[in-house]
Amino acid sequence: MSSHGVMLLLVYLTALLLLAAPTGAWLARTLEPAGAPSRALTAIERTLLRLCGVEADEEFAWPRYAVALIVFNLLGAALVYALQRLQGMLPLNPQAFAAVSPDSSLNTALAFVTNTDWQGYSGESTMSTLTQMLALGVQNFLSAATGLAVMLALIRGFRRSEAAGLGNPWVDLWRITVRILLPLSLVFALVLCGCGVVQTFRPNAQVQLLETLPFQQPAVDAQGQPVLDAKGVPVMKDVTTQTQTVPLGPVASQEAIKMLGTNGGGYFNANSAHPFENPTPLTDFMQMLSIFLLPAAACLAFGRLVGDPRQGRALLAVMTLIFVTMAAVAIHSEETAHPALAAMGVDVTASATQAGGNLEGKELRFGAAHSALFATITTAASCGAVNAMHDALLPLGGLVTLVMMQLGEVVFGGVGSGLYGMLVFAVTTVFIAGLMIGRTPEYLGKKITAFEMKMVSLAILATPVLVLLGTAVAVSTDAGRAGIANPGAHGFSEMLYAFTSAGNNNGSAFGGLSTNTPFYNLLLGVTMWFGRFAVIVPVLALAGALAARRRSAAHVGTLPTHGVLFILLLTGTVVLVGLLNYVPALALGPVIEHLQLWRLQ
Amino acid sequence: MLRELRVALSLLLLLSLLTGVAYPVLVTGIAQVVFPFEANGSLLGPVQAPVGSALLGQAFGDAGHFWSRPSATAPQPYNGLASGGANLGPTNPALLEAVHSRVNALRASDPGNPLPVPLDLVTTSASGLDPHISPAAATWQVQRVARARHLQPSAVQALVQELVEPRTFGLFGEARVNVLQLNLALERRFPAKS
Repeated sequence: MSSHGVMLLLVYLTALLLLAAPTGAWLARTLEPAGAPSRALTAIERTLLRLCGVEADEEFAWPRYAVALIVFNLLGAALVYALQRLQGMLPLNPQAFAAVSPDSSLNTALAFVTNTDWQGYSGESTMSTLTQMLALGVQNFLSAATGLAVMLALIRGFRRSEAAGLGNPWVDLWRITVRILLPLSLVFALVLCGCGVVQTFRPNAQVQLLETLPFQQPAVDAQGQPVLDAKGVPVMKDVTTQTQTVPLGPVASQEAIKMLGTNGGGYFNANSAHPFENPTPLTDFMQMLSIFLLPAAACLAFGRLVGDPRQGRALLAVMTLIFVTMAAVAIHSEETAHPALAAMGVDVTASATQAGGNLEGKELRFGAAHSALFATITTAASCGAVNAMHDALLPLGGLVTLVMMQLGEVVFGGVGSGLYGMLVFAVTTVFIAGLMIGRTPEYLGKKITAFEMKMVSLAILATPVLVLLGTAVAVSTDAGRAGIANPGAHGFSEMLYAFTSAGNNNGSAFGGLSTNTPFYNLLLGVTMWFGRFAVIVPVLALAGALAARRRSAAHVGTLPTHGVLFILLLTGTVVLVGLLNYVPALALGPVIEHLQLWRLQ
Repeated sequence: MLRELRVALSLLLLLSLLTGVAYPVLVTGIAQVVFPFEANGSLLGPVQAPVGSALLGQAFGDAGHFWSRPSATAPQPYNGLASGGANLGPTNPALLEAVHSRVNALRASDPGNPLPVPLDLVTTSASGLDPHISPAAATWQVQRVARARHLQPSAVQALVQELVEPRTFGLFGEARVNVLQLNLALERRFPAKS
């Protein structure tokens, strides 16, 4: 790891912690204001919510809270699906895109409501401006709000004593969207726009190229079908162009919530590698901060809300510890040049005039260190935005991105979902520690009983089952193997990555894999939905059980959950429980590829 | 249950209008007033006939122009409607073949060039629209450009140095040169004799 990489990581962590502290305090105040819920709403908000049929002071028990969220998300998915299918007939479609195919629409609808934002499509050649704003943009907000609402319900489980309810999901969704996500996004969108991210309703622009550009494209017959030669290979014809299309749209507004809400679905196919989404090194640094901002702040807000800030800092410490270790490995990996390139006489050394490292699939303005740090952040959080093509990472870099997702997206993780996932691991840790020292496990004054542990186990096991089963199906079917782009172990990694990303609601990809097929669209769609709600439902059940329990004061037998010992125990639990499921699969993918790459020497 | 459905639907529509219509329209309104250049694509040249975006790369092949990085967009390189990378894994033989043929093509374009071939000129970018090359990659091309334009190499090298953007605050990103802006400056400063 170069000194530049070390400095970048240190400055990043410092900036993150400086921003997270005030954001955490603000988050705590805004999420759980004192007094009755309706008193914390303005008159306009109260009127609007009453028109929607919301009774703000009504308390929801956990099953009803869960049903409300699932109904809300199912309707959201239906709206995203309908807008894609009907976009050809709807306004704000300057390039006259036709309806998206049914399987792709379904996949995208499930991807965006589950905060995964997996992209089987290419934005600039598929989605109308209206679909981007009203289908995808909206779910960027609402899926993040859903994650924060579940997190808030779990926090209430710890805060409340002998309570039946977990709060009101409608008021929670409203307050999170309007008071937290919208103002943050508005500010960030304008900052990004000032740096060059486009924001307009004008149609795409055409520019005159400096040189006439010759190229080849497949010949088509009068019916628009590709012409094939005797061997069935498409016939290519020589053409030239003197123009370039400059793709435009309301990008900055979507970019802001894409990062802040750990969504990660790009307006364009190249995502945050596209110069119109992420034009400068400074916007890149801000985007990296914006991914971790709310997940880091959520830990600190949690500490405040349970009345002991040390508890939140301990969780943040665990996340930081794992993240820094993995980021160091990734930066080291990508600052290393591909061993075969130097042998061809290519200058691969880093110097004052060139960055060096593994530049394949990376943007020059970011270079190796930025790209590796971004890749670690986006997979540690369940964001999935990319500023470099993960498929072209060296095997160790690719391994880091896979592992970060496979830990269950709890190292910072998604907005809301990262913290509730980490709390599930914290409960597991006190349970294991309780077994070791022979005491009834307790966390934050709540006894952990068999019911809680059943829910915790369900939440932890749901995703590995989905990921490994999905990968196994893809590997063993022709439809699955047909998508592979790279031969050998890397091809297996592409499939493992796809299901890891979908099951953990990340959304990034080893992009070579062709997934816009009915097989992948449906299988990945199902994986994303259950990867989200097969965790949310047990977490809400856990919250309900905890809320009903009496909150007892700490006593001499209580295991402290804020000290160094607990931090190390929790780190060990996350790494062991999270990772052990995947070691065999990883050995078949990036581990083998690493050995193959360096044997080439 | 029916009541839940009604509430969910009303709230979904209300929040959709707020986050999916009001929010992007508000951001666009402010952006068009405060940042009209950036918000509309950072277009260079006359308003009626722009010659490119300051943020998007273009493909160049003339000996008298600096060349951009290889682009994996299809069907033509630097296609603004098909951003994306090559997605070739590190152990894919196709990656090494592609790099090898790029190295050979560069060597053939300037046989006497004693400098080693810079990394960024033989690897594809992530977006396929990367507007930059490294200062080393620009320097590598100075001899060829100077020869084609009948210029002193030192004059071309001086222009490259003028346009080098260093790391932001000495920390963020990498040193780079915007190829389109370099070529536009070249045309302005040393118009091709025809």
